[in-house]
Amino acid sequence: MIGSHDVLLNVENLTMMYGARVGCEEVSFDLWPGEVLGIVGESGSGKSTLLRCISGQVAPTHGAINYKTRANGVRDLFTGMSEPERRFLMRTDWAFVHQNPRDGLRMSVSAGANIGERLMAVGQRHYGNIRATAQDWLGKVEIADERLDDLPSTFSGGMQQRLQIARNLVTSPRLVFMDEPTGGLDVSVQAKLLDLLRGLVQDLGLSVVIVTHDLAVARLLSHRLMVMQQGRVVESGLTDQVLDDPQHPYTQLLVSSILQA
Amino acid sequence: MTQIQSEYNFAYLDEQTKRMIRRAILKAVAIPGYQVPFAGREMPMPYGWGTGGVQVTAAVLAPQDILKVIDQGSDDTTNAVSIRQFFAKTANVVTTEKTTEATIIQTRHRIPETPLNEDQILVYQVPIPEPLRFLEPREVETRKMHALEEYGLMHVKLYEDISRHGHIATTYAYPAKVDGRYVMDPSPIPKFDNPKMNMCPALQLFGAGREKRIYAIPPYTQVTSLDFEDYPFEIQKWEENCALCGAEDTFLDEVILDDQGNRMFVCSDSDYCNDRQAQGHRGEANREDEMEAAQ
Ligand SMILES: Nc1ncnc2c1ncn2[C@@H]1O[C@H](COP(=O)(O)OP(=O)(O)OP(=O)(O)O)[C@@H](O)[C@H]1O
Ligand SMILES: [Mg+2]
Ligand SMILES: [Zn+2]
Repeated sequence: MIGSHDVLLNVENLTMMYGARVGCEEVSFDLWPGEVLGIVGESGSGKSTLLRCISGQVAPTHGAINYKTRANGVRDLFTGMSEPERRFLMRTDWAFVHQNPRDGLRMSVSAGANIGERLMAVGQRHYGNIRATAQDWLGKVEIADERLDDLPSTFSGGMQQRLQIARNLVTSPRLVFMDEPTGGLDVSVQAKLLDLLRGLVQDLGLSVVIVTHDLAVARLLSHRLMVMQQGRVVESGLTDQVLDDPQHPYTQLLVSSILQA
Repeated sequence: MTQIQSEYNFAYLDEQTKRMIRRAILKAVAIPGYQVPFAGREMPMPYGWGTGGVQVTAAVLAPQDILKVIDQGSDDTTNAVSIRQFFAKTANVVTTEKTTEATIIQTRHRIPETPLNEDQILVYQVPIPEPLRFLEPREVETRKMHALEEYGLMHVKLYEDISRHGHIATTYAYPAKVDGRYVMDPSPIPKFDNPKMNMCPALQLFGAGREKRIYAIPPYTQVTSLDFEDYPFEIQKWEENCALCGAEDTFLDEVILDDQGNRMFVCSDSDYCNDRQAQGHRGEANREDEMEAAQ
């Protein structure tokens, strides 16, 4: 194995139980800086559960989630960090893009305020600068300048999703979690969003864990793939390898069903 | 007199309830700006009529206190009169309209213009104690945000103000940070009064009846109104002076004089305005020479 000092996120034997029901079970993986890891699997296979745990939103039943912090070395998210530290990490160094933009946006304030929120959360107190940064980010996600003061509810679904991405990336996070970011969108809008995401990931050198049950999305964005079934990882490897030469019967089924469709 | 006192417990509330409220007040004073939950009692008046303030006043009131009650800066609105009568009846305390004479001042909407002193307590009737509620309705989350000092959202609200109106348009319940730690809602006073809270010699107590919260600013505590570097906090200003007493530096109410569109501006703090007039200060509306000239 390669020395763990370079791994950005290391997950060991992570299990999440909901009472007696398994959310996900004995999941282990490493994420490297600049790497995009796709998680695929059928509905109910534990993708969102895994993502919520590794992004610090809920503590797993057992298992370790080690993150290489910028300043304080490798720390376990739950046993090695206080709640304030974890929350600070979540709004600075990390980002979470929800499937439904309403879950990730503040619908009652303008696009500018949405993008500026994280900046204000980390102590920026110059309105002009915050606004300029927000304007800049609006451009990066290809939303017209003059929409800066508009409410997200006046945006299309695709625009809302791009706004959510801008709002998350404004603090230059290193690690981005996405749960079905293209899920609710129609195909042409999806394609545009995927292009944008791919560009941002490359330009900013982001590390990403992306959950999707769309294998085309996984193929386009992720370097590596984990396939989940009934809470467990049944296969993982380089994306092309997994998709072109699936080993596990479940993965074979998944791939063939796509090809037939 | 003795007959009145035998009908009610002093200041209406039973001693056990008062002890409970006093404990909440002590805790509030010990943690400036922190909202302390308390088991509020039903009062013989509806919420929105200052039940939070009334409970706090009842818990701190002593027989020798002199009570002033103001509503919109005035001592003679229905609300102020009924609260004053309530305590005159249930506690038999002396009441006053003079800020300088009062030892306890219960207020809604204003802080008196006359600077307060160390022997006074200012009790606020608060409708909505939670400053973060505007953007975060979940109580569990706002409590956590206070605990972890995560106050970025307060600035999101101010940001939104500026982007909509070109300036910080919040004029009432303007958020302030107490002693460099807790952000509080000094609701519902105008931001004009915010600077008066800072380093105030009097103890300031806030009671929210419906939400059952008490918070406090101990004497001589730093209270800083939130703002941006490039949009600093400012108080309201008027072109006019008080038409009655000529004051240039008070909070003014607009008074409509007739249906011809005539109006004048007068001090909202009526006691302060009366005092100034008694001292011989005159504003436009009652300057005799001008009135004659107009005739
Ligand atoms: N909050 C919860 N309480 C109880 N059980 C839950 C909860 N969330 C998820 N589960 C269960 O955990 C399992 C995994 O669910 P999860 O939401 O992680 O799946 P998923 O792979 O994200 O599915 P989908 O593709 O439909 O989003 C399922 O059996 C689900 O019923
Ligand atoms: Mg899911
Ligand atoms: Zn006056």
